[in-house]
Amino acid sequence: MRKESSYWVAIVHRLSGIALAIYLPVHFWALSRALEGEAALESFLAWTDDALVKAGEWGIVIALAAHLAGGLRVLALEFLPWTGWQKTLAAGAAALTVAVGLAFALAL
Amino acid sequence: MSARGETALWIAQRASAAVLGLCAIVHLAVIIYAVQGGLSAAEILGRTRGNLAWLAFYSIFVLAAAVHAPIGLRAIVIEWLGWRGRSRTGFLVIFAALLGWLGMRAVFAVFL
Amino acid sequence: MKVAVWKGAAQGSFQEFDVPRQPSQTVLDVVTYIQRRLDSSLAYRYACRVGMCGSCAMTVNGVPRWTCRTHVDKVLHNEALRIEPLKNLPIIRDLVTDMSAFFDKWARAKGQFAGSRTKRDAFAPIASSSPERADIDAGIECIGCAVCYSACDVVAWNPDYLGPAALNRAWTLVKDTRDQRTVERLRAVAGDAGVHSCHTHMSCTERCPKRISPTAGIAGLKRAILKSALKGEL
Repeated sequence: MRKESSYWVAIVHRLSGIALAIYLPVHFWALSRALEGEAALESFLAWTDDALVKAGEWGIVIALAAHLAGGLRVLALEFLPWTGWQKTLAAGAAALTVAVGLAFALAL
Repeated sequence: MSARGETALWIAQRASAAVLGLCAIVHLAVIIYAVQGGLSAAEILGRTRGNLAWLAFYSIFVLAAAVHAPIGLRAIVIEWLGWRGRSRTGFLVIFAALLGWLGMRAVFAVFL
Repeated sequence: MKVAVWKGAAQGSFQEFDVPRQPSQTVLDVVTYIQRRLDSSLAYRYACRVGMCGSCAMTVNGVPRWTCRTHVDKVLHNEALRIEPLKNLPIIRDLVTDMSAFFDKWARAKGQFAGSRTKRDAFAPIASSSPERADIDAGIECIGCAVCYSACDVVAWNPDYLGPAALNRAWTLVKDTRDQRTVERLRAVAGDAGVHSCHTHMSCTERCPKRISPTAGIAGLKRAILKSALKGEL
């Protein structure tokens, strides 16, 4: 069945949410290495210098930005009185995601 | 689930979303600032150790995420996996507890 | 043009027909031509032919539409049409679906008006300029065609979900100041597979031939339920 922009924004919102739910325990575990001292955290960070890991990090930052943008869209649709500006919201969500993705890529 | 139960979950999901929205904006800004010139353990711990404002902010962030993520996953496992009954509830409660526990452990690991 | 039409029930296949193009031809005209000239066994449903009755909705080139008001010009793709029954409803035969689940959900969402006045009382005055009346106006023109229900992803994923049309109906009643069963209705739509299952994909709003936005009504219901819950009524 043919789908419109709001559907794709919602699917990205859902998939990025799943990605974050899987990533968060790993992220927390990695930071907990600091319990074993600064050196343990440092050795973990050295591993993240790998290009593949860097790409993964970039993906997860994009996922966070996309999920944030999609979530702001849902909150706006549910809590603000509205008529007919949903496409603008969908475009705004996409724009915010791209902006954060670029900023992170430039900062890396 | 009952009307009250569904409504309570929805309120918890949207309230935590509002908190997470603010936290995620701050967090993204911190990430983009911090990764410039590469990350080092000394640099991270220098920012976080003994920093009470940082502790408060990230504790709220972690706890809001522990509320938010399992409720979101609940809709997904219902709609995409058709998972119902007590095993689903058990899985989501354990996931929430795990996120909260691992998250707070991580926060204290870099604060202490 | 080439027209592929679904023949059969849940099991079935597409059958191809050659149909001549006519000026101002609608998709319903095409189906009627096939049934009268090419295959008299073809089952389909229609009544008014002017977009009032809501009985002729079908899936046309992957999109649910009211076929009597859909011009072939608008939907023809590569000189071809693919006509299927509505999604998310069981197929009885060919292009005819069983709409009972769709209407049963209107009842489950407490879609019946419940006033307090009798025929001996005077009319209830409702100012046409009141905000409640404006909200009702935005949702009241539903013809029950099930295009929104067929377009809804959540219905496809969770068949228990009440769906856009039933919830839109509930919303227009919640906004009706004469109605006496608001809390009961809010309870009915807030439960399992109710309003909170809507993730604002807005497919219903995109597809509604009457340009109603069920998404807006569902969002309104969510806010009304929130208020009711905070007051401890729910």
